[in-house]
Order: sequence, then C-alpha cells, then structure tokens
Amino acid sequence: MIAFFQKKNLPGQNQNLLGRIQTPSGQNYRPFWRQIVLSLGLSMGLGLGMSLSIAPPVQAVEVERVVSPGGVEAWLVRDKNIPITTLAFSFRNAGGGADPTGKAGLANLTASLLDEGAGDLNSQAFQGRLENLAIRLSFGAGLETFRGNLKTLNRNRDEAVDLLRLALTKPRFDDDAVQRIRSQIEIGLKQRETNPDSRASRIWRKALFGDHPSGRPVNGKLSTLAAITTDDMRQFVLSRLTRDRLIIGAVGDINAVDLGTLLDKAFGGLPAVAPKQPQVPAAKLSAAGDVFISDMDIPQSVVLFGQPGLQRSDPDYYAAYVMNYVLGGGGFASRLYTEVREKRGLVYSVYSYLNPMRKGPQISGGLATRNEQVGEALSLVRAEWKKMHETGISADELRRAKQFLNGAFPLRLSSTAAIARILVSMQYNALGIDYLDRRASLINTVTRADIDRVAKQLLNPDTLTIVVVGRPKNVKATAETPDIDY
Amino acid sequence: MGRTRKIAATLGVVFALGGAFGLSPIPNTPGAARAAVFNPETFTLKNGMQVVVVSNHRVPVVTHMVWYKVGAMDEPPGKSGLAHYFEHLMFKGTDTLKPGEFSKIVAENGGRENAFTSQDYTGYFQSVAVDRLELMMEIEANRMTKLALTQDVIGPERQVILEERSSRTDNNPAAQLSEQVANAMYLNHPYRVPIIGWKHEIEGLTLSDLTKFYRQWYRPNNAILVISGAVTADDVRPLAEKYYGVIPAKPLPARIEWKEPPLLADRRITLAHERVRQPAWSRRFPAPSAKYGDHSLVYPLQVLTEILSGGATSRLYKTLVVEDKIAASAGAWYDSHARGPSIFGFYASPAPGGDTDSVERGVNAQIDKLLADGVTQQEVEQAINRLQASSIYARDSYRTPARILGAALAIGMTVADVESWPEQIGAVTVADINKAAEAVFKDRRSVTALLLPKPKPENK
Repeated sequence: MIAFFQKKNLPGQNQNLLGRIQTPSGQNYRPFWRQIVLSLGLSMGLGLGMSLSIAPPVQAVEVERVVSPGGVEAWLVRDKNIPITTLAFSFRNAGGGADPTGKAGLANLTASLLDEGAGDLNSQAFQGRLENLAIRLSFGAGLETFRGNLKTLNRNRDEAVDLLRLALTKPRFDDDAVQRIRSQIEIGLKQRETNPDSRASRIWRKALFGDHPSGRPVNGKLSTLAAITTDDMRQFVLSRLTRDRLIIGAVGDINAVDLGTLLDKAFGGLPAVAPKQPQVPAAKLSAAGDVFISDMDIPQSVVLFGQPGLQRSDPDYYAAYVMNYVLGGGGFASRLYTEVREKRGLVYSVYSYLNPMRKGPQISGGLATRNEQVGEALSLVRAEWKKMHETGISADELRRAKQFLNGAFPLRLSSTAAIARILVSMQYNALGIDYLDRRASLINTVTRADIDRVAKQLLNPDTLTIVVVGRPKNVKATAETPDIDY
Repeated sequence: MGRTRKIAATLGVVFALGGAFGLSPIPNTPGAARAAVFNPETFTLKNGMQVVVVSNHRVPVVTHMVWYKVGAMDEPPGKSGLAHYFEHLMFKGTDTLKPGEFSKIVAENGGRENAFTSQDYTGYFQSVAVDRLELMMEIEANRMTKLALTQDVIGPERQVILEERSSRTDNNPAAQLSEQVANAMYLNHPYRVPIIGWKHEIEGLTLSDLTKFYRQWYRPNNAILVISGAVTADDVRPLAEKYYGVIPAKPLPARIEWKEPPLLADRRITLAHERVRQPAWSRRFPAPSAKYGDHSLVYPLQVLTEILSGGATSRLYKTLVVEDKIAASAGAWYDSHARGPSIFGFYASPAPGGDTDSVERGVNAQIDKLLADGVTQQEVEQAINRLQASSIYARDSYRTPARILGAALAIGMTVADVESWPEQIGAVTVADINKAAEAVFKDRRSVTALLLPKPKPENK
C-alpha cells in the first residue's frame, strides 16, 4: 500500500500534483511508458533470431472516416468490447501559444471553466449531472491546441453529448466559478515557483524563446491571469472554438450513422469559421551553448539540456526519431541510460526526446543528480551528443531501434481514450488515414546514412543549451539566468 | 493543472479501481455472480503458482506480469529499502543473461517493461506483441531463481537508488512530511518505514542481505502470474507449465503477524519549509483494510469516500471550496487495498488569505455532521452508481485488469472478491455507512499533518 517505487520514471511523470501531502496507492503507479508491439514470427529462444524488423499493419484497428450530415468530420475506430463511447478532439491554433499578449493563460483558464456551468446549469448542477451519469468530460489547453475528451457509458450517451454541446456553446463563466478556478490556478503557479522541475522548464523555454509565444507558460503568470476577464473568455470561445479548426477522434461501440448524429449534436452549433487572427511568428531559438544556473537549496540538481530539433512534417523526422531512441529515447537500453545510469549510477532518470513543436521544435533531454555530480553527468551527456554527431549509430543499433519502435507501437493503442488521441494526432499532423498501416515502413526506410546526416545537422555538443536548478558543483554559468516571474 | 477538484475526482477513480477491492464478507454462492468485472480465467500450477488470464482482443498485444507476495513490510529490521533495491537488481543478469540483457531482449522485441515495489508486494511486467509472450515468460521465469548478483552490479545500482530517493523525497518537502507522518501513524507496523528505505540503511545493505532476501521469497509458490490481452487461458496454460511450472516450490519464511496497538494520543506533525508556497492540512485516522481489522467496514468506507470526495459535488469540495470558500482544495482518501492496517484520511488546503486552522475547523465540522446526521439514501445511491460505472471503465485498457487483479491477489484477496465488487458495493446501505463512520471517526485519535511555508532567511 501507499506509493509504489519503480525501476524508472517516465520523464515528466513524477510531478507532485499540487504538492499535496498524501500519496495514496495508485497515484504513483504509472509504470507504463509511451508505447507498445507487433511483429512477425513465432516466439524465439533467448537472444536468437531477432532479425525481423518488419511489422505487419495493425490490422486489429481499422480507421473509418465519418462525415456527419452537417459536415462535421471524425475518424472512428469501432470497438465492441465495452459499451462505452470515447471522443477526443482538438481545436488548432487555440492553445496557450495563441493567447493575446498580456493575457497568457487565457486558453487554459477557459478550458478549466467550460465544465463549470453551462446553459441553465450552474457549476454544481453541471458537475452533478456529469458525476451521476459517470460521464468523464474534460478540457485542456496545450501550447498549440485546445483539447477536449469525453468518455461515457453508451446508456448515457445522449446526455453526455448534450452536456458537451452545452459546455462548448453555452458556458456560463459565473463569477463564483471563475474566481474559484482562477485562484486554484494561481496556487498552482505559486507552487511551481519552488518546484525544481517546473522552474527548470520555465527557464529553459524563456532562455530559448525569449518573449516568443512558444516560451509562454500555458497556465499563464499571476499578472496575466489577473488581467483575463470573462469577456475575454467569451470571445475566446466564439473565435477559437470553431468548426474549421476542429479535429475529432472517436472510439467505442458506436456505428458511423450514430456517430454522425452525435457529431452534429455536439459540434454543429459551433461557429463554422474562425475570424482572421494574427499568425504566430516563426520562433528563432537563442541561447545556443549557454549554461544557465538557478540557485535552489536542494541536494539534487535538476538539469535540462538540448537544442533546436525538427518539425513533425520534416522529411527527416523519422530518422531523428530513430536516432533519438538510440541516444536517450526509450526504456533501459539507450546510450544515455547505459552511460549515465547503468555504468556509473549517477542518476535515476536520464532521457532525451523530440519535441516537434510547430514553432521552435527541439531535441532535448533531462537528468537529475546530486549537486556534486552535475559536472560529471553533463560531460557524459556532451560526450554522447558528440559521439552521435560524429559517428551516428551502428547497423546493430539501427536494427534494434527499428524492432523496438515498430514492435512497440501497438502497445500505445491501450484504451479507447489512447486510440482516440492517436486519431486526433494523425489528423493534426496530416499523417493520413492509413498511417497505422504505413508507419512501420516509414521507420524501416530510415538508413544509417539518414541518421548520420540528421545527427550532424541536429546534434552539436558545443551549442547544447543547459539549465541547472540546484547548487551544482563543477559547472559554470555562462549567461545570466533569465527572470521568470510567476 | 491547478484544478484541485479535478484531482480529487481522479483520485476517487483510482481508489475505486486500484485500491478498493475489499475482502468479500459474504461467501460467493456459485452461479450468483452476475455483474462480473473482468471474467478472468484462473488455474494453479503444481508448484503453487497462481495464474490469471484476462482476454481483451482489441489489439494483438498482452501485458505479462509476475507479482511476488513480498514487499517492503517483509524486510528484516534495520534493512529498510531491501525489497525495492532488490527489485532493481532483477535486471542485472542471471546464469544465462548478462546484466542489462533482459531489458535488451524486451526492447528488441518491441516490448515495454518496468517493475514496482510496494509495502505489500513486488511486481515485474512486460507489454509485448502476443507472439512474443513465450519469450517474456522464458526470461521472467529464468530470473525467478537464477539471478547472479555480484558486487560489481550492486554498487552503481545503490547510487541509482540514492538518486531516486533524492528525486522523490529529499528534494520534495511534501514527500518528506509524508515519511514523517507514516512514522507517527504506525506505532508498530512496518508501514512506518518508507518503501524506498532510510538513506543510511540503503547505504548499509549488503550483497548477502540481497541474496538472502531473494532466496527466501522469490519462489513460484509466492508468485502470481497475471496476463491480460489477446490470449486465452488455453493459450497460456502450456507455456506457464513449461516455464514456470518446472521451478520447484520451497517453504517460505514465516511471516510476522504485525498488529498495531491502539492509537491513544493525537499527534500533530508540522513541516515548515522555505520552498512551500501553499499550506496543506491533512488528518489520518486508523482504518481497517481488506486484510486487517473489521472487514465488514471496507465496502461502506469505500462508498463513504465517494460521498465525501468523489468529485465537485461531493460533500467536502462542495462545502469547503464551493460554498464556504475557505479552501482551495478538500477531499478524503481511503485505500482498503493493503495487507496491513489502513488509513482514512482527510485533506484540505486553504483558499488565498486563509489558513490551515480554518480548513481544519471546516473538515472537522463535516466529520461532526457525518457522525450526527449520517449520509442520505440519495447520496448512497449516486455514489454506488458512480463506483459501479468505474468497474466498466476499468475494462477499457488491456493493462488495467492485470494491474487490479494482480494487486488484489498479491495481498491475499480472491478473484471472486474482485469480480463481485460491483455487487458488494451495490449492497451497501445507509446504515452500513453510518456504522462504519462511527467506528472509524467517533472519539478516535488521529494524526494531523501540516505543511507550511517558512519565510526565507535574510542572508542570501
């Protein structure tokens, strides 16, 4: 009982939510990572015959394009295992990155208030309806998109869709609810100020992006949060939550006809087109090669490192994806894991990942180690960065990486919600409706030469930007740490 | 983030699924079980290893888990952190696998893996394509008894664990307070000692401690195999017999029957820290669990938790946060899922400008009201509905059933307990809950924890 401890934490999964005291069992139990499986062949003996790298398509999952009578499109995966229906949806260009200057946190605050009363139902009435029908409805803002999720038992589906419609089209923004939610978000911001992980990530983005929207905290700052009015939120809903920006994934025991009806009911009332809005400008990443240190009295420093990366649509994306897996991407087999953790025991967690943002994509990573070891850990990271830059990966590493990345993919299709999110992501990134079938070949065509090229282009140990929060030894700051007000 | 109410709601679900399966007080009559949850197939190997299979054919993948009925609470005195340290070492090589090779095999077969340690049990799992299941079973069975530990591998891993302890606890005031509170809560039971261990004891664990622990507890008769995904028991049986069935059973050490003496004094544990920005208050009462104390209270307490804390309209959030506006967050938690004595807890964090005294008064008033007036029929019905719905949602992921069943069986519950959970919850009455509340809260002692900001010293 009470708290699990596992071999390795996923990056970003060890957040202490709101710094509450109790950690009941279950809260820390997040042993699964991002992905899973599929491959040919019979089961094989230990260490033998692992030569098959071509995964067949994920036949089990068939994606159907559904267009409602009213013209709302969704991608559907039918699943008759359980009598539930799950929707995931996103509105493009409606995330925190598109918040007006001085109003950072608008998308997030609005997201937090859509289910706090709508139509004739005040907050308690609305929440009561959701709870009593066991409907799971949530909204959230990322940097680029505004997201929603709905999960319901089929027997309550009509009511669920009605509540979703109300939330999207008739949110109330009652003063009482606005004040309550705003103060909860403020508390969260204050807590982050002294959380080493949050502080490191704020400094990281500020250093890289300066005042560009990509560097903005999606939850806002105390000053900008205070500046957001109810009118701002009403305007946000009318101008950002529009059908031309909407992407939907649906999974569950529902047929195309019923889904069409549902889509019109839920989303038909949204404005068809968004008014013209200023484009977010391209981001120019700065701070190349600088080391930033933020003093915090903790025994273990939190370190972030990285540099510019690739967009999802870049032709070299898959090469970078495979390269990153070998460098620090997954599981217990990456180079960073082996060198920094396995051989020397310097860290519990060390990783790298691609962050393929539209404006200012990065390849970055992180680790945490006691203050005395920060210098050593960082030299090892630089050495791996350099090694990859200079010599790429071996044929054997390439083979293993492909086997993992293809084999593990179906593991991501773990639940209706997970599949629905993948359907949204496929549409957001224009991957095509047959992507699940094509994905393996996209990975399999990556060659060592591709990886050499990408590594040379992306990885430069001399211009690695580094942020350290703690009291690190043997590391010198090379630039003044940017101010990050909360 | 920043939505405390949302988190409270999520926790309700976690409890209902992860930790809420109580011991069935009523024996299951054959044929009576209707509202089954996972419909697992089970059998037991000749060596005593229990096998559970849950089919879900949505995607051709499986989660393969082996749970050992040994956790941090089984460590010898002075050896805290042993169970968890050992868990890490299970990846360090056997008679046939080099250190790290296990993980390499899992990865190159497109698998994901991890392991976890709790007070009550330790688990290892891989998720893989169903056609790689046999290979996973082969290597998992191999490390059940053929681990080859050396000084060379345990040294660096100890450092990894000390870093893990720093990340989780030493860097985090709330977690530090949790550790201190557990120690005040349990006067005698080993739950008072943190799973990850005290730093000085982790530093002192030896190869011989680790090897002895392994030889004593890692045996098929102390393990449960749980597989969920695109397989049936017919698929699994021959493989389970081939790989796990051949490992001989061995007598297990006697387990200490830990009992808690009554908590006679209220305790107040305060941690003021410079990095705390938001004060937090919590209060814990001793409570029975599925395997400790009065089992008949378990289901009523689960329904009560839902009434007090199951979302934005629950009693605590509604009164303290929405109506009285004295708290930014408020709720309760109860985890019945334990071999030893459990806790029924309340928490609240003050609204801006408020303090912990006022939320403490607010929560106490709710407890008093509960004891004076009880719960209503409508509250009970609605809570039961929500909890029962959560058991349908639990079937959604192919991984969740393995986790829930494994955790239940590992503490000594039965498949029938899990399968009859919706029915048992459905049978809870107003009177049951009022009686349970009285038993746990009325004139009972508790441990109160305060996490407070501390002004930064001037010299910087």
